[in-house]
Amino acid sequence: MDSTDLAIIGAGPAGLAAAATVAGTGASVVLLDEQPLPGGQIYRGVEMVQMLRPKTFGFFGPEFAAGADLAKALRGSAVDYRPGSVVWDVSPDLVLHYSRDGRSRGLAARHVLIASGALERPVPIPGWTLPGVMTVGALQILLKADALVPRVPAVLAGAGPLLLLLAVQYLRAGAPPTAIVETVPKDAYRRSARHLPQALRGWRSLLKGRGWMRELARAGVPWYRGCTGLRVEGGDRAEALAFDHDGGRRRIAADVIALHQGVVPNTQLTRLVGCAHDWDSGQRCFRPRLDAWQASTVEGIWVAGDGGGIAGAKAAEWQGRLAGLAIAGRLGRLDERDRDRQAAPLRTALARELAVRPLLDALYHPSPEVLCPADDVIVCRCEEVTAGRVREAVRLGCPGPNQAKSFLRCGMGPCQGRLCGLTVTEIIARERGLDPAEIGSYRIRPPLKPLPLAELAALDDEAEAPV
Amino acid sequence: MTAPDPAVGRAVATADVLVVGGGLHGCSAALHCARNGLSVIVVEKDTVGRHASGVNAGGVRRLGRAIAEIPLSLAAMEIWHRIADLVDDDCGFRPAPQIKVAETDTQMQALADRAAMLRDLGYAHETVLDRDELFRLLPAVSQHCVGGLASLGDGFADPYRTTAAFRRKAERLGVRVLEGCAALGVEVRQGGFRLRTAGGPLDGGILVNCGGAWAGAIAAQLGEPVPVEPIAPMMLVTSRLPPFCRAVVGAAGRPLSFKQMDNGTVVIGGGRRGTIDAGGNATRLRLGELAKTARTASEIFPIVGRAEIVRGWAGIEGRMPDDLPVIGPSSTTDGAYHAFGFSAHGFQLGPVVGSALADLIVGRRPDLPLAPFRIGRFSASIASTAPGGAPPPTDRCV
Amino acid sequence: MFRRTSDAIRPAGISIHFEGRPIVAQAGDSLAAALLIEDVGAFRSTPVSGAPRAPYCMMGVCFECLVEVDGVPNQQACMVQVRDGMQVRRQRGPAGMDGNG
Repeated sequence: MDSTDLAIIGAGPAGLAAAATVAGTGASVVLLDEQPLPGGQIYRGVEMVQMLRPKTFGFFGPEFAAGADLAKALRGSAVDYRPGSVVWDVSPDLVLHYSRDGRSRGLAARHVLIASGALERPVPIPGWTLPGVMTVGALQILLKADALVPRVPAVLAGAGPLLLLLAVQYLRAGAPPTAIVETVPKDAYRRSARHLPQALRGWRSLLKGRGWMRELARAGVPWYRGCTGLRVEGGDRAEALAFDHDGGRRRIAADVIALHQGVVPNTQLTRLVGCAHDWDSGQRCFRPRLDAWQASTVEGIWVAGDGGGIAGAKAAEWQGRLAGLAIAGRLGRLDERDRDRQAAPLRTALARELAVRPLLDALYHPSPEVLCPADDVIVCRCEEVTAGRVREAVRLGCPGPNQAKSFLRCGMGPCQGRLCGLTVTEIIARERGLDPAEIGSYRIRPPLKPLPLAELAALDDEAEAPV
Repeated sequence: MTAPDPAVGRAVATADVLVVGGGLHGCSAALHCARNGLSVIVVEKDTVGRHASGVNAGGVRRLGRAIAEIPLSLAAMEIWHRIADLVDDDCGFRPAPQIKVAETDTQMQALADRAAMLRDLGYAHETVLDRDELFRLLPAVSQHCVGGLASLGDGFADPYRTTAAFRRKAERLGVRVLEGCAALGVEVRQGGFRLRTAGGPLDGGILVNCGGAWAGAIAAQLGEPVPVEPIAPMMLVTSRLPPFCRAVVGAAGRPLSFKQMDNGTVVIGGGRRGTIDAGGNATRLRLGELAKTARTASEIFPIVGRAEIVRGWAGIEGRMPDDLPVIGPSSTTDGAYHAFGFSAHGFQLGPVVGSALADLIVGRRPDLPLAPFRIGRFSASIASTAPGGAPPPTDRCV
Repeated sequence: MFRRTSDAIRPAGISIHFEGRPIVAQAGDSLAAALLIEDVGAFRSTPVSGAPRAPYCMMGVCFECLVEVDGVPNQQACMVQVRDGMQVRRQRGPAGMDGNG
């Protein structure tokens, strides 16, 4: 079996930064990523955009350009970069299995850095399964990687900075949204104000946000605040978004409807390996427990970037470098003094990035109707399990998500619970009057993504089972 | 029903029967005892159906049973066909043929010999399938298969739903189920037992050990250590496929259990084992072994070669050296009973073993032969392999 | 439902087929993008109720964009790049094993 000093999963800012740091010390690094190009989701297709679409590259701004620098560093490095690789198992003894070009292979690593980023929080509202309803992240990816914008102006609905960023990007791309439907309660601004003094340490982010709001206001994009009761209407596809606003019901026609309620750590890998996780009540999600060097509770498993808790692309980069320094140290490639000296400015920069999070978490707290949807709303999209059936399973004695899964098949479809896991945990917690921390989450088992049976069968030839 | 316990200074819950283990057998024993008018407490260290009971392959199978198990299996099958009468839920039970496929003439001969032997013993449930009959029942089976052995009136069910249904019905009959309540030790007292548990002491006149892979510790404390080995049979499930198989299929020459559920997914197992973590309560898959299972499945049903595996898993089960369960009264202690070590084929027996235990407990003679399953059958081997007698005491036994 | 931005690159078009109908796509497109720009509607129908579905996440997570590519079911359109001559079909219900959805 192939082996390496460090295997990194994910070529976003955290993975790229860690790869450069560790490869720079002479250690061997294998970088596995599902996409054909480096950058992760935040810098999706950044090399292509920079090279071929200067106008778009320009309006994405300096934040996006930072991704080009990271990608360039990768291209000039000794990192063994394997794009198009889908990791489907990581064992606690640090053997990875991944699928590439229709074949699965094993890789033994001395250290594994999980940099698998974030997922959009599920947004279970009536009609969210209709064609035309997509996440804000999906629409950003279409814009970055494929240069697509909605033909008919889209409705952008929900809460969070990404929602506003997409609106601004659509504006600059000549496709202004028809409306922003914000679910942030009107008193949230007042309630989150107590976090403002700390957030001022991250003043650049705040200014950026102010700039977006002004830009949208100048362009006259209708902005409905404090909306509730969101429902996508349509037959075979989305036709309109209906919602309550200022005591009245409104309906805005659109065939592209973007939903967003923030992003959450993608913890499939860290849960598979058995890392300890904590419930983050501010961000309403589980996150792996990490030390100051990004080490998880499983020896040799490290986590950097949004997969360890949502903090954004710059924080991901600093965490990737911190983890890289620590791993290089453990590999004997960096002495403790150098490690700590190089880490100091990273920690300062990281603290600045993190300063603004409590304000954002308080302001953009996910809407209650999304955390605990009404009985008739589909929660598990794959198996079409509604919130009501999850509640019924609790009444029949299912104490947690794993029993609900056995009972209802929620989480047993091809997405393997990625789009229903948090909602199922929240619903059961609410039904049982317990904290989500006590309810826990789906147990994750290999394969991490559906794997052709023949591909597993072919591994029999190699017979390289970790024992 | 509580009395102060001078030793621990808190109330001791009491019941006629204390059942250790909230798997299918524990829940079934509790249900049948309650039907006989006994008060019952079930203690379960995790959640009901957390291990083998909730995550096994769900086969409801008479086919291929050890001779000693056949009477139990036949009686259980009768119950399965009207399972809702017992637990008010159909448990996802679907009647379906169970078929063991022969890939070579030698295997076919062995299957035919077995069928003949069973006929001589007076059992008619297993019948030989020639090649044409095999392909009529299994149109998607690989062309190289030569025939098979079938038990046409068998089926499969949903294991978690089944265990949960037994538990719910038991609770409706007054059984108390304590989850997250590990049994820590048992003390034999005048007229019964005191069970130390994570939730406090429990007193009962009767003790039923349905502790599965963890049952050995209770047996040892009763002075009858047994070689129960924790194993973790692995399984796979695919994404949904169009219907192509209406039977539960095994192979004569290699480990396989294969069935398509009503929802189109295919569940594949067969006994290849994963590993159990050091803590003894969680499992890991062994990919090399799982690859063999995948290969077997795709060779016998080529149609699944392109199916997608959505999930693999393994549940912890107790196995005995002779692959027969331990069922019946303690050999050392009046009032104690065992039902464990089902060696990865106890699911189908669940409804009937609980009933037999309840019969024993109320002093009725069960109409099923339980002698082959007596716990005493290991006493010689234990004595010879472990000169010290009982294995070292453990603090946490179930 | 989608169009290309004004500065979208225009490399040589390549030809794929969706449900037998020819579609011109561009090298480098994800299959999902190529189908969204053609406004094909549903990419698949669910195996549970037959409900129509189309891309939701565009990052390989939601499995809503499953299609059949060159007879192979369960392909995530958002994770596949277009190739000249690709034959694409909707995935109807449970993935067919016989090449016709």
